[in-house]
Amino acid sequence: MAARKSTARTEAAPAGVPTFTKEQELLAYREMLLIRRFEEKAGQMYGMGLIGGFCHLYIGQEAVVIGMQMAMKQGDQVITGYRDHGHMLATGMESRGVMAELTGRRGGYSKGKGGSMHMFSIEKQFFGGHGIVGGQVSLGTGLGFANHYRDNGAVSVTYFGDGAANQGQVYESFNMAELWKLPVVYVIENNKYAMGTSVNRASAQTDFSKRGSSFNIPGEQVDGMDVRAVKAAGERALAFAREGKGPYILEMLTYRYRGHSMSDPAKYRSKEEVQKMRTEHDPIEQVRARLLEGGVTEDDLKKIDAEIREIVNDAADFATHDPEPDPSELYTDIVR
Amino acid sequence: MPIDILMPALSPTMEKGNLTKWVKKEGDTVKSGDILAEIETDKATMEVEAVDEGVLGKILVAEGTQDVAVNTPIAVILGEGEDASAVSAPAAKPAESAAPAPSPTADAAPAPQAAVPSAVANPPTVSIQPDPEVPAGTEMVTMTVREALRDAMAEEMRRDGDVFVMGEEVAEYQGAYKITQGLLQEFGAKRVVDTPITEHGFAGMGVGAAMAGLKPIVEFMTFNFAMQAIDHLINSAAKTLYMSGGQIQCSIVFRGPNGAAARVGAQHSQDYAAWYSHIPGLKVVAPYTAADAKGLLKAAIRDPNPVIFLENEILYGHTFEVPKLDDYVLPIGKARIARSGKDVTLVSWSIGMTYALKAAEELAKQGIEAEVIDLRTIRPMDVPTIIESVKKTGRCVTVEEGWPQSGVGSEIVAQLMEKAFDYLDAPVLRVTGKDVPMPYAANLEKLALPSVAEVIEAVRAVTYR
Ligand SMILES: Cc1ncc(C[n+]2csc(CCOP(=O)(O)OP(=O)(O)O)c2C)c(N)n1
Ligand SMILES: [Mg+2]
Repeated sequence: MAARKSTARTEAAPAGVPTFTKEQELLAYREMLLIRRFEEKAGQMYGMGLIGGFCHLYIGQEAVVIGMQMAMKQGDQVITGYRDHGHMLATGMESRGVMAELTGRRGGYSKGKGGSMHMFSIEKQFFGGHGIVGGQVSLGTGLGFANHYRDNGAVSVTYFGDGAANQGQVYESFNMAELWKLPVVYVIENNKYAMGTSVNRASAQTDFSKRGSSFNIPGEQVDGMDVRAVKAAGERALAFAREGKGPYILEMLTYRYRGHSMSDPAKYRSKEEVQKMRTEHDPIEQVRARLLEGGVTEDDLKKIDAEIREIVNDAADFATHDPEPDPSELYTDIVR
Repeated sequence: MPIDILMPALSPTMEKGNLTKWVKKEGDTVKSGDILAEIETDKATMEVEAVDEGVLGKILVAEGTQDVAVNTPIAVILGEGEDASAVSAPAAKPAESAAPAPSPTADAAPAPQAAVPSAVANPPTVSIQPDPEVPAGTEMVTMTVREALRDAMAEEMRRDGDVFVMGEEVAEYQGAYKITQGLLQEFGAKRVVDTPITEHGFAGMGVGAAMAGLKPIVEFMTFNFAMQAIDHLINSAAKTLYMSGGQIQCSIVFRGPNGAAARVGAQHSQDYAAWYSHIPGLKVVAPYTAADAKGLLKAAIRDPNPVIFLENEILYGHTFEVPKLDDYVLPIGKARIARSGKDVTLVSWSIGMTYALKAAEELAKQGIEAEVIDLRTIRPMDVPTIIESVKKTGRCVTVEEGWPQSGVGSEIVAQLMEKAFDYLDAPVLRVTGKDVPMPYAANLEKLALPSVAEVIEAVRAVTYR
């Protein structure tokens, strides 16, 4: 399924989504469920005043980061915007450290100094957590530049939203990435809204997989609610970039169930629309149904559910009791 | 174990809300993500979703209850095999009479909203002197800064068909911070324009439209995002009149919330007053009261120059008296004495005024009479008013949330050194935000911002007391 570069047209996703082994299904189920439960807990803790500021939940979009993660190799980098909790958990960052950053405690990934939108882990090659819409796109292209420079075989997986896709620097980055054949996979998480603005109210070209066509960057539209489709597309894109053929665009068709942030009443869409997505396309329910069909029992899944709850409750407990940063931290890490 | 469902906070500044409706009934089974109830805040109606699974055992706060404090238990969820009789229901009380919301983690958790410095958490109770611009006997109406800004735009749009508003979420969403509420309904989509997230592009378009003679009001969702567009603000808007030898003017307002919000971290919390203050060709306005917000925004829209209009998110909900006049327009470039005093001059603007006025009140109790100047406009700066005051007091302290180096306070100090050195009895001191990016942690954020105590300390230092 190699994309043909010269035509730069939208590559059709393969008919028939590849199947997962039982182990892959179980892995995807567990990882997506961890994000779901973590985010629900974060929402609850926000409601209790333990988490402040903005808090952008990833609920509904779990298949995107998990499918991509299943396709990535050790050493590949990840960078994203402010809706970042799912991406961090997917890279294997600890629930405790992420949750403690949300509560602004010293055990958080940024020692409590970054917050929900700004976390990093050099160990997991996770480069943040960025609050300025579109900013991560140039940065992610720069990670690709470094990979190219060092010829280290790694690919930068650069995530951004449908709203971010309208920022000018995205196209400046596309041009350079293609011009210099940088190993970058641009993952556009099209969840249909940028805050209260639906895609068709903000975008002249709503097929985001075509957004690279004038630069000859191949793109695909992917069912971002189906973790198997995401993984398969991720593998194609990563292989393409890794072979030195340049950047690749994956438009993930996905959906966020919650408001943009905690204080968004989400009046711009109907309850029916949200409900339809939840009942008919939920990424976790899809895997769950296949698992049950394949002979896994309700009890087996209940056991996984309980384990995940345990992890999340432990993270919440840690993040609640871990002390705030020492006041001296105010003046550290400013310059070296 | 039965699990309490608590009244949630839905924004960093929410303290209580109304429980408008229960969607689930006692005895209903609930799954994570199910909508349990609807609550209403001053800004919006929101749904409360279940996080835990079980049976809705007991509703503790009836629908229709007003002013339910954040963190009050509103219902109990029972796990498998539990029954409602196990629940000893605490009587639900509205916020006024409720004991402090029980925090399950009272030991380590900061109090909700701890990040909002106490000096600014509540509407100011300090008194401000009447504005000499307002004729005596004028009827006053109480309104929020948010409403005053909206009214200013609406009035100017009614008056002049060339005025339009453009920005992210300004129309259908009614403004991310609800400043443009109702404008789409009154003026239609042609004049209230929702843009994509493309600050550099739409700021430049705004400047181009202004070059062609329209009078755009460009809203930045916050001024942090204007950094994407700052090239057009400076290189295009500020310099065109000069570069064209006076042929092409650029009558445009760039407005939006500036400065620290609460707990939003380093990229979303900074004060740009000093940045724009540096630029010849720009006017920079930063009001504190609702009356000034209204009178100065109207002036900014009429001004033939580019005006950077710096609002403050935390002040949006504060209420003030606003004169009820058909056309209340204030002069740009004129400071206002907010409080008279003879011992020391405090100079501030925008949210900095909350610290300055509170400090002045405290100082009065200690026998120090501070004169508080609300600069209102940063550029052109009303230096004569500051000097007049310093002639009287001989001492001066500036108060701002921005960073110290090359801050607005630094400019005031330099002006006083050059023009009022002989009147000074002590060095001028600056109270500023700390010289660090804004941290997220509640305790560090509080430390990073100026405080009333720091203002008092600075005043004691310059008055040698
Ligand atoms: C430069 C900039 N402009 C505006 C904002 C405010 N803002 C934050 S998120 C957002 C919507 C982004 O939508 P999208 O890219 O679709 O991502 P999603 O939130 O749907 O994940 C906006 C306008 C910002 N953070 N940065
Ligand atoms: Mg989106």
